[in-house]
Amino acid sequence: MSTVKEKVNATNKEAQLKQSSYLEAISLALWEELERDDRVFLIGEDIGVYGGAFKVTEGFLDHFGEDRIIDAPLEETGFIGAAIGAALTGLRPVVEIQYADFISCGWDQIVNVAAKMHYRSFEPVPIVIRSPSGAGLRAGPFHSQSPEAWFSHVPGLKVVVPGTPYDAKGLLKSAIRDDNPVIFFEHKYLYRRLKEDLPDEDYTIPIGKADVKRFGEDISLITYGAMLQKSLEAADRLISEGISMEIIDLRTIYPLDIETIIDSVKKTSKAMIVHEDIRTLGIGSEVAANIADAAFEYLDGPIKRVTAPDIPVPFSPILEDAFLPQTDDIVHAATELFNY
Amino acid sequence: MRVNKKIKIELYYYMRLGRAIEERLESLYRQGRMPSAIYLGRGQEAITVGAAMALEDGDTIATTHRDVIAMLPRGMDPKMIFAQHYGKVTSPTKGRGEATYLGDMSKGIFTTVSMLPDFYPVSAGAALSFKLQKMPNVALAFSGDGATSRGDFHEALNFASVLQLPAVFVVENNHFAYSTPNSKEMKVDQISTRAIAYDMEGSTIDGNDVLTVYENIKKAVDKARGGKGPTLIEAVTMRMKGHSGHDPMNYVPEELLEKWRKKDPIDNYQRRLKKEGTLTKEEIVRVSEEIEKTVEDAVAFAEESPFPREEDLVLDVYR
Repeated sequence: MSTVKEKVNATNKEAQLKQSSYLEAISLALWEELERDDRVFLIGEDIGVYGGAFKVTEGFLDHFGEDRIIDAPLEETGFIGAAIGAALTGLRPVVEIQYADFISCGWDQIVNVAAKMHYRSFEPVPIVIRSPSGAGLRAGPFHSQSPEAWFSHVPGLKVVVPGTPYDAKGLLKSAIRDDNPVIFFEHKYLYRRLKEDLPDEDYTIPIGKADVKRFGEDISLITYGAMLQKSLEAADRLISEGISMEIIDLRTIYPLDIETIIDSVKKTSKAMIVHEDIRTLGIGSEVAANIADAAFEYLDGPIKRVTAPDIPVPFSPILEDAFLPQTDDIVHAATELFNY
Repeated sequence: MRVNKKIKIELYYYMRLGRAIEERLESLYRQGRMPSAIYLGRGQEAITVGAAMALEDGDTIATTHRDVIAMLPRGMDPKMIFAQHYGKVTSPTKGRGEATYLGDMSKGIFTTVSMLPDFYPVSAGAALSFKLQKMPNVALAFSGDGATSRGDFHEALNFASVLQLPAVFVVENNHFAYSTPNSKEMKVDQISTRAIAYDMEGSTIDGNDVLTVYENIKKAVDKARGGKGPTLIEAVTMRMKGHSGHDPMNYVPEELLEKWRKKDPIDNYQRRLKKEGTLTKEEIVRVSEEIEKTVEDAVAFAEESPFPREEDLVLDVYR
């Protein structure tokens, strides 16, 4: 079985390109960290022989062996807890939860054991829990959720939500090298749809730093995950309306890079937040509160949110499309805010 | 298995020290001198001490709220136990954690949590870690009877069995989960039979006889260390105090307590050691004096220790 790395290298050689998909970027980060550090191992359901439900770890078992790539029984509490135990005794486990919707099955181990360990015992818990989240794949209420806000409310965890292949690779490497529990959500809609040139050399992206993906003058749009692409599309369309959007990709939900947000809002005086998660107590609420707190006198309009409604993620395509914020919704909200 | 004199005396010493610590904790609690709740393991000393003595350096131990004295044979200083209950900065958690939720990874003692048995899976993970790193160590975890109703218990046993990990799972069956009797917790008569579902060796032993506990757990520990997989051991005992300090335990019939008082693990063991000549009257007096001084020093240490500083409130949430 050829590995992701070999496949990417072969493709690159043929085409003289270095493009990798979002999924390949994640595979490469895992592969390179397994090569770099003997203490790193992967554990999760169907990740070994089968190569993972999304084939992120295809070929890994053959190369690294069953002591590094562990097929776990179907028990999220059991193997998340076990990963914590391994992290407390010298290893650096990377857990795959097959779909982010199932992470709640291991909730207690994450929030009561992993998150509260260092504050009470000063012991590092170097564990990464990575999981595909997000909607858009007609996968229904139990394979489409965006649970990032839950974990942002738990002191002791870091929560990462990369929106591009480049960021996904660099942030996953940082997460694996971090001594704290990191919850790493990969947007599954982006897995095979988004491609990008990746550098050959080893690089990391710091956790807790947002990235201005496009500079603009009129409105600061704060977003993350798959909504980054729709926000960029909206920004393209708004140029013809004479509206210049600044697009901030949070990349990390906790700790939140408030400085980058506030600097931008002080420049544009208008702010909107776009996220796929539901509205109430989503990250948008926290971003809005921070802007209101630190940049109130700079604001020249209300802080707007474009989000999913407070409902479960529906299955039927017409309902799911209505659930998800669309480019039109972003354009509409930005135009209203611009004209305020 | 022949238990040598040194170990016999240590088992005796740690049970006595453990009980003395808990008796002092109770009186300090009743006097209102400590802000912490208390969870006493009176009557269960043979299990906690016997199991902890069966481990070696480099092994890990995961306790429940009621097992703090299991930390003593693993090297925990009694001063730390009192400082923790006082909420002092000199405790292993620097006042962040209460009661018996303290630990020290340098001694293989996990800083556990209130949810039970959350450290069954965590302990299985330590066993996995030993196996992956080819270290000759064993991970031992305690649970109560009630907590065997929870998924964590079953997932940990399944995980450890499927991966054949060097783990020992001890259930202290003291018949009550807070106020809930086992008849309302489970349909099995013996908790050890739950091991059958995981094709794991399981046994039920007398939890009030420290030599029985030590020998059986040592056997399971040796088996795990030899790469022969995990074991579930149910040690039957009785919780002789309420769930916590404020619990008058009026749901337990007095006759039941009276029956178990006659099975007190320390009284019976002391009588046995005296009878077989392992322990003299003079040695008992010497142990008593030593323990009294140790407890006095520990309480004084906790009393005199400073509280944490308010300005350190938000430190250490992250590494």
